[in-house]
Amino acid sequence: MISLNMVCRRAAVMLCLWLGACATPMAERSDPRDPYENLNRKVFTVNQVFDQILLKPVAKGYSNYVPDFIQTTVGNFFGNLADVWTAVNNFLQGKPREGMQDTGRVAVNTVFGVAGLADVATKLGIPKHQEDFGQTLGVWGVKPGPYVMLPLFGPSTLRDAVAKPLDLYVDPVNLASSADVEFSLRAMRLVDDRARLLPTTDMIEKVALDPYQFVRDAHFQQRDARVRDAQSDR
Amino acid sequence: MLNLTARRVGELGTTAIILANLMACRDLVIIPSTTRSSAARSLTPMNISPKHLITLLLAGAMFFPGRAFAQEAPDVLIKRVSEEVLAIAKADKQFQAGNQERIMEVVRAKVLPHVNFQRMTQLTAGRYWRDATPEQQIALTNEFKALLIYTYAGAVAQIRNQTLEFKPLRAAPDDAEVEVRTAVLQSRGEPIQLNYRLEKGPNGWKIVDVNILGAWLVQTYRNSFAAEIQKGGMDGLIKTLAERNKQLSASPPKPVIKN
Repeated sequence: MISLNMVCRRAAVMLCLWLGACATPMAERSDPRDPYENLNRKVFTVNQVFDQILLKPVAKGYSNYVPDFIQTTVGNFFGNLADVWTAVNNFLQGKPREGMQDTGRVAVNTVFGVAGLADVATKLGIPKHQEDFGQTLGVWGVKPGPYVMLPLFGPSTLRDAVAKPLDLYVDPVNLASSADVEFSLRAMRLVDDRARLLPTTDMIEKVALDPYQFVRDAHFQQRDARVRDAQSDR
Repeated sequence: MLNLTARRVGELGTTAIILANLMACRDLVIIPSTTRSSAARSLTPMNISPKHLITLLLAGAMFFPGRAFAQEAPDVLIKRVSEEVLAIAKADKQFQAGNQERIMEVVRAKVLPHVNFQRMTQLTAGRYWRDATPEQQIALTNEFKALLIYTYAGAVAQIRNQTLEFKPLRAAPDDAEVEVRTAVLQSRGEPIQLNYRLEKGPNGWKIVDVNILGAWLVQTYRNSFAAEIQKGGMDGLIKTLAERNKQLSASPPKPVIKN
């Protein structure tokens, strides 16, 4: 009887110590918004490697050697495609003014900007927005949920990751006439997007003490700001 | 009284022009000798070319780091400083070529007088600030300041043909802390949101935090600070920052040929 009691007590003490030992470093590192940090960090590393060996060098070459006006044209073309879904989301978020602006942008750029190759709307002073379905869910009151580092797509949260398939499904690039064209368009857009991020990522590499943490903490704030932009811009 | 002030201002102006001449000459050292002599001639007060006038004004402005405007409203201050830096970034060839020294010079002269780095560091260190010794606080502030200056210098080196938009200030007249909202308009893509948080102090409004695309600098660094402090204490954090700064000073940012 006594011995069993002793064993139990000792086990309890051991358990406490063990939990304590485990809990302390965990508590130091973990952010309540990032319960899957260990997995996320692994995905982040894989993304980084992919970026360093393939995407970033290609984007650098594109940025440095492709003439500026071509880069601008490419950016305009994909920007025009993106404005369609942005318009829909602005209406869904109850922002008809922005939604009308985006609709106007698509109309003006498609007609007068030669299928969106020139951004006439910006020159006319119609502002560009960027909205996706994750933001719409946010405006509807869905909380971001835990941080999720998506393979290839990068930082996200559960809410945005769930919304992502819809963004991809309605992507106008899907309407491409053949699989080859679609692949080319996707590749071109990826490189163009990455090229535009070069200054930002170069800076993060330099100044962040822990790039993973830096990106995560910036991402949460930025998404939150994007969701709240409906209120703050008024 | 008024006379005296006017004379002082006059004296300061003269000093500024002399100093500006010196600065301008120093700037021109890298130019081949023939150009230099003609440039030196053109610096006589009679025939200052517009280009040199800009240099003169810029150099002159360096000796008045905004003290005369100490009590200007926060949004006016941000507008003035932003426009000054943007104008230099667009006009100055050395700046555009990514000349680290030149960029640092401009940042030190134009921007630093309006930033309260101690407060910024304190906010970032959060609860660990009070536990730090005064020496640690100074060392941490200096290292963080150096890191932020590199960050800022890297950002302004990218300026090409952007323009700035200033949003209306929403603040009560007696507010001691305000957020000034601006946006960088680019030739393509969405505007980059760039906001500043300023606090009112004895020497006027000072920037204590910056928001880029929705992310506040202080908040973004807070977790990194905490993680480093938990790993190696306050001295560990100071050491990490110092090492990072050493790396950064060894490899200045390369200019990006874009736009």
